[in-house]
Amino acid sequence: MTQRTDSGASPGAEPSLSPVRTYLLNCGNSSLADRAFGALMLVCALSIFAIVILILVELITGSKLAIQKFGMSFFFGSAWDPVNGNFGALPFIYGTVMSSILALIIAVPLAVGVAIFLTEMCPAWLRGFLAFFTELLAAIPSVVYGLWAIFVLIPLLRQYVDPFLIKTLGWSGIFAPPNYGIGMFAAGVILAIMILPIISSLTREVMSAVPHAQREAVLALGATRWEMIRMAVLRNARIGIVGAVILGLGRALGETMAVTMVIGNRPEIVRSLLAPAYSMASVIANEFSEASDELYLSALIEIGLALFIVTIIVNALARVLVWAVTRGAPVRGT
Amino acid sequence: MGVAIEVSDLNAWYGTNHTLQSINLKIPANHATALIGPSGCGKSTFVRCLNRMHETNPIGRVTGTVRVGPTDIYAQASPVEIRRRIGMVFQRPNPFPTMSIYDNVASGLRLNGFRNRKVLDEVVERSLQQAALWDEVKNDLKKKSGASLSGGQQQRLCIARALAVDPEVMLMDEPASALDPVSTAKIEDLIFQLKSQYTIVIVTHNMQQAARVAENTGFFLNGKLVEFDATHKIFTNPTDKRTEDYITGRFG
Amino acid sequence: MASTTAMPPPLRASASNRVLRVVMNHLATAAAVGSTILVMAPLIAIFAYLLFMGASSLNLAFFTQVPKPVGEVGGGMANSILGSGILLAIASLMGVPVGIAGGIYIAEFGRGKRLANMVRFTADVLNGVPSIVMGIAIYTLIVVPQKHFSALAGGVALGIMMIPTITRTTEEMLLMVPLNVREAALGLGVPNWRSVLSITLRTASPGVITGCMLAFARVAGETAPLLFTAFGNQFWSTSVNQPIAALPLQIFVYALSPYDDWHRLAWAGALVLIVLIVVSVALVRYVAGRGVLKGAS
Repeated sequence: MTQRTDSGASPGAEPSLSPVRTYLLNCGNSSLADRAFGALMLVCALSIFAIVILILVELITGSKLAIQKFGMSFFFGSAWDPVNGNFGALPFIYGTVMSSILALIIAVPLAVGVAIFLTEMCPAWLRGFLAFFTELLAAIPSVVYGLWAIFVLIPLLRQYVDPFLIKTLGWSGIFAPPNYGIGMFAAGVILAIMILPIISSLTREVMSAVPHAQREAVLALGATRWEMIRMAVLRNARIGIVGAVILGLGRALGETMAVTMVIGNRPEIVRSLLAPAYSMASVIANEFSEASDELYLSALIEIGLALFIVTIIVNALARVLVWAVTRGAPVRGT
Repeated sequence: MGVAIEVSDLNAWYGTNHTLQSINLKIPANHATALIGPSGCGKSTFVRCLNRMHETNPIGRVTGTVRVGPTDIYAQASPVEIRRRIGMVFQRPNPFPTMSIYDNVASGLRLNGFRNRKVLDEVVERSLQQAALWDEVKNDLKKKSGASLSGGQQQRLCIARALAVDPEVMLMDEPASALDPVSTAKIEDLIFQLKSQYTIVIVTHNMQQAARVAENTGFFLNGKLVEFDATHKIFTNPTDKRTEDYITGRFG
Repeated sequence: MASTTAMPPPLRASASNRVLRVVMNHLATAAAVGSTILVMAPLIAIFAYLLFMGASSLNLAFFTQVPKPVGEVGGGMANSILGSGILLAIASLMGVPVGIAGGIYIAEFGRGKRLANMVRFTADVLNGVPSIVMGIAIYTLIVVPQKHFSALAGGVALGIMMIPTITRTTEEMLLMVPLNVREAALGLGVPNWRSVLSITLRTASPGVITGCMLAFARVAGETAPLLFTAFGNQFWSTSVNQPIAALPLQIFVYALSPYDDWHRLAWAGALVLIVLIVVSVALVRYVAGRGVLKGAS
């Protein structure tokens, strides 16, 4: 491109071409660069789908051996016998499901209570700190929770809580000796602690999404604050709250390290919650690198595949419910 | 030097909303042309069609012909090329927040790959002088950010930024509506001085402003161009009754 | 949003009914406050305990020495820190550019389009998948063909975890850049790609960077995907093609061990991870709170 050495604007009537204008007129069409850029960004966005497909493919190929050998009975067999090549996943499914349900029973009422307090009753200065703290807790690594559980939670359970439970509810058989501290109940408790921040944050978000007009309308009719919360906020947000709970469930189902450190690692289905148990994620964590033959490995991968599919479904369901209430705004802190 | 703009049968849509209907207009070179009309009449959409900004909206659509000088800007050029030749100043000042004053003014050139330091320095100084901002910021060019100026100064910065790429046309969409009266007066003075070098199209809500700065005025109503004539005629002796009603404040 | 409230039941004004309603109100308040205390107090206690145990276990040797042989007191987790550093470097190399680009696509090119919504949804769902599953996939993909564990495999496993997270945070931050800033760039005739990179991304960069930091901190604490990819290593190693130690992995092993000194090291390691998390979360909140326009000056 030509650049004249004199500068800038030219007076007079001739069609002037300043260096600037000359340059810009010769810059050309950027449509090629724009299209290439857009394509590159698109490819990177599509990588998300590629990751999902990759995981699915690897899991399916890895579990083919076990699927062929055991078929559907894999999920109903309760014998986990690596020595004889007999693998049944039922104890792990039971362990995962039961510990998660336990966690939900403990965590959900508390989480919703916290959310109600933070959204409707909390003074503004306290809210910021508590909200920050909740976000912090949701981000602490699982292994750190597990560390704390081993040295603080388990002794607490073993010495105080479990004997109490045996004494009061032992007649039902759900809490029966012997108690080591570790076991299904311990896993449920640590899971509850871990999923509480998430359920609480999300519940707060859906509750905040309820428009103020709804609250004011009910208050104007003479309702007490609790009645307002019940009729205006909770009723409108209930779909989202269900979504938050399901999201917490999804997290609990897949939680690995903390559970592995406290669940006791015994593949047995027993009535007492104080007995050691085993979860799907835990058996993979513990035994994967020790798996001595192809079938063993394949069985573990099949458990992983089941875990993958279940958590995808649960998470997708949860997101749909939450999105329905918050209209697709990006969800923070999860 | 400015060029004339010729608009033939311009139609524009937002989705299914037929925002502009069959506009025909000739905007003379080196003059200031004001566009007035009530809210929602389509005047902003119109100027955004002149520099192909309307189509940046996913549901925006345009048909018709717009000639800037000899070029049919829709059929014969790309949007990016056109916008380098037609500058725009928006209603709310929008300097780039992460850039200094110097960088803001130079951005139109730099972001198109222009590197010559000496020419950039000259262009920045010239543009800021044209925008009547040079004296106020000449010592802080690289130290202060664009966003740290007052509202009126920011808008003049945006004008300088638009002038730096040496456009042939300057479009101004209610440039002073977010500003205080003193800043507004400064900007009106600016327009008065610039119109000898550029073709200026200014959208305004303020009829007195149109009367002050523009030789010609067009009145838009409900997506149609009702009347276009010399400013003094529009305001003293309009041909169309609707124009008269608007001028005298019957609506709008 | 469509209202799903039916007309509330008539609130009769009889005295006993009124008393009951007031009592219910107080009970509900008590329950909410009570559950908050019941939840927050132990959580604060956990947090304080972690800080205390970690602080009292931390010393210089932690950062500079490798583990001593079993049974000997002292030593540190220097090799784990280095290992985590190498793993995170590999993961970031993969995760940050791809994640940011994905976020750019959703925010700048795909606005309103179905594909963008699907990407966003899938990213969210992927964020909820147990990380051990990623480990399995990378195991069969990389470890098996190579016939050995490696830092590379671990890094890739962590990298694919970073991508969905960074995509979402980048999108969030880019959407905060106001429309008129982008329009200013377009109006100047700046090509779209240049406008996105030099204007929009640059304006949102504090938020985008802290979003990456947050993903980094989260992935730094992940253990499960490393169990059978990076696998862990007792010794000092810088090789990408061999098993490598990682801080959370080592914490896991030490926590389950019977040696008090190793427990001490585990606490110290936990503190390092916690500090990383606290800094990242605080930074994200700070930047998001300041708003994008006040970002750089």
